[in-house]
Amino acid sequence: MSTGTETIVAAPDAEVPPTVGGRVRKKLTSRTASAVSLVIALLWTVPTIGVLVSSIRPENEIKSNGWWNFFANPQFTLENYEQVLFGSRSASGGLAGYFINSLVITIPSVLFPLAFCALAAYALAWTRFRGRDWVYIGIFALQIVPLQMALIPLLSFFNYGVSLGGVQLLPAWDLDGPAKFITVWFAHTCFALPLGIFLLHNFMAELPGDLVEAAKVDGASHSKIFRSVVLPLIVPALASFAIFQFLWVWNDLLVALIFAGGPKNAPLTVRLAELAGNRGNEWQRLTAAAFVSIIVPLTVFLSLQRYFVRGLLAGSVKG
Amino acid sequence: MASHRQRRLLAFSGAVVMALTVAACGGGESDNTSEGKLDTPECAAYKDYTGISGETVTIYSPIRDAEAGLLEDAWKTFADCTGVKIEYEGSGEFEAQLKVRVEGGDAPDLAFIPQPGLLEFFAKGGKLKAAGEKTKAMATQNFSPDWLKYGTVNGSLYGAPLGANVKSFVWYSPSLFKEKGWKVPTTWDEMIKLSDTMVAANLKPWCAGIGSQDATGWPATDWIEDVLLREQGPDVYDQWVTHAIPFNDPRIVSATDRVGSILKNEKYVNGGIGGVKSIATTTFQDGGLPVVQKKCGMHRQASFYANQWPKGTKVAEDGDAFAFYLPAIDPAKGKPVLGGGEFVGAFTDTPAVQAVQTYLASPDFANSRAKLNNWISANKGLDVANVSNPIDKVAVGILQDSGAVFRFDGSDLMPAAVGANSFWKGMTNWINGTDTKATLDFIEGTWPK
Repeated sequence: MSTGTETIVAAPDAEVPPTVGGRVRKKLTSRTASAVSLVIALLWTVPTIGVLVSSIRPENEIKSNGWWNFFANPQFTLENYEQVLFGSRSASGGLAGYFINSLVITIPSVLFPLAFCALAAYALAWTRFRGRDWVYIGIFALQIVPLQMALIPLLSFFNYGVSLGGVQLLPAWDLDGPAKFITVWFAHTCFALPLGIFLLHNFMAELPGDLVEAAKVDGASHSKIFRSVVLPLIVPALASFAIFQFLWVWNDLLVALIFAGGPKNAPLTVRLAELAGNRGNEWQRLTAAAFVSIIVPLTVFLSLQRYFVRGLLAGSVKG
Repeated sequence: MASHRQRRLLAFSGAVVMALTVAACGGGESDNTSEGKLDTPECAAYKDYTGISGETVTIYSPIRDAEAGLLEDAWKTFADCTGVKIEYEGSGEFEAQLKVRVEGGDAPDLAFIPQPGLLEFFAKGGKLKAAGEKTKAMATQNFSPDWLKYGTVNGSLYGAPLGANVKSFVWYSPSLFKEKGWKVPTTWDEMIKLSDTMVAANLKPWCAGIGSQDATGWPATDWIEDVLLREQGPDVYDQWVTHAIPFNDPRIVSATDRVGSILKNEKYVNGGIGGVKSIATTTFQDGGLPVVQKKCGMHRQASFYANQWPKGTKVAEDGDAFAFYLPAIDPAKGKPVLGGGEFVGAFTDTPAVQAVQTYLASPDFANSRAKLNNWISANKGLDVANVSNPIDKVAVGILQDSGAVFRFDGSDLMPAAVGANSFWKGMTNWINGTDTKATLDFIEGTWPK
């Protein structure tokens, strides 16, 4: 790849910076590039601003004209937020309670796959055993299985257990009430493993072998190497995977609908989907609700974006 | 240095998880094991529902949000008196979710199923339990055979009807009609004549919108069903729904063309919105709004459209919006009513589940729910005096009219491949310019063999 680009861009120019990366960087820091990226950023933000403006307009205004009319005829209300956040029971929001559910679902659903993927990726990258590559290819290939296909089998695995030819191999889980969160964590962890292992494995495999060798010579065990050498080095990759997984779980509707079992365990997304009312007649609430649900992912992304960018780049443009 | 910070981050997130787990566990609701208060005088109506105290019955339904809250209010006294605990869950993804849950072994005890076709699917698959003796007796006593037929599979009753809605309504603006001196039409010909009068008065007489995300097209299928029922009568309608006659039968073509003479007539539509094709791009929620803006004369839509009017709209015979019964074409064929409703099917048959199922079919529940507004039922025991909404009063009147011939929304009865797919798509293309014959041929071709 790099050689190909080099031949194309290598023009007989006196001030050509020595590397392709340097050239690209120079091109991207020019004034036009900045202006273009500014315009793109603005364009991307317009819909979000529209949602924000819409969420503070009165119902009749929202329903009768577009959000940009706000600037010509500003009418401000917090009624939508009030309804969405503190409305009673089934009627209107009560989002506050669902917010907690969302956190209870999301945090373990990020931490479990993070732990499992890091361990599995280490094993696949730095321990030697027969068939290692095939195991890795198998896990990699599992990414193409759409999660929708696994819904019913997984659900019946929880509810009926596993039986083969009439012999019960695993019992049903028989979970009820808040314990149903476990099934949601389980499902999210399962669905996250293939991609997570793949991402972290690639990152770990690129660590210099000398480091691990040196630690081995010093008499470190695998668990010691994993904790003291590998783990500190893969933090950017872990962080970027954590963000991916966090956003995915936070925004997930399907898995929660099926596995959370009932309104008491439902996360924000499930509630959001119902907020518009039976026949979509209460859709003025949606913008406010969307903003409530956007806050957490936005905070997570902004506070971790440094890792995110570093982690992504570290995986892709090395050498 | 960096690792120090990370360790602190890890410790922090660990602490958050712990705190949340504690909060989640500690937040369990106080267990009120009410033993039931069946002896008290206010519970006299429920004295037959004994022995179900402390049991939990789960209900899954497509009814959600405010209307779900009203349902819970309606059975609250029953639940308090008998001590049964009803856990209700409403979802917009009901149809797809129910199948997944039933397949995965996570079926609810009761489900409010709005499509008789889906009810039949579960009944034939052996998933639904036939209604118990008491439920059956209660349902037979309170609902007409027209309704019970749709909850019956292979001769046994699986679902008792619950709520109902009437689709054969035309919304109009009473104040505009009064202003112009127009009268509510009582025959089809009068209605067409009135349309022409409106055209002469420089007003587009009809407006419509069939957009509804992945269900775009359904309001147009209601039009066809309503007109077919009026033009050919209930027998042809039943044959059409069960595919005893092909979808592109000449009689269906004639009914579709009659709808086309309104919906595809540039002179008639689309009042306040645009041309014929704007019908396909307008959502059904917005389709009738020009009526109150007096930019459109009439809008055919079900009674539930009452909830769509902007806040402050007076829905009454002397108000800003009201509806009249879509008149019959041939009065000799009776008074056809197109409608829909839910059926309460049971996936388990414990005494508690059957008791709740029986209660939901009783006039007591119908009246209790109707008093809370915005709801009607075909239950014969429903007292019109308990219905406060003027439009709902008219709807109950139509449902309880002995001359009424009730037929369920046909697209809910047809196989899903047609009723929830090609029929919708076909009608959307039809609005967009495909001719009637090509449309009906296409739908006929998709009917499962």
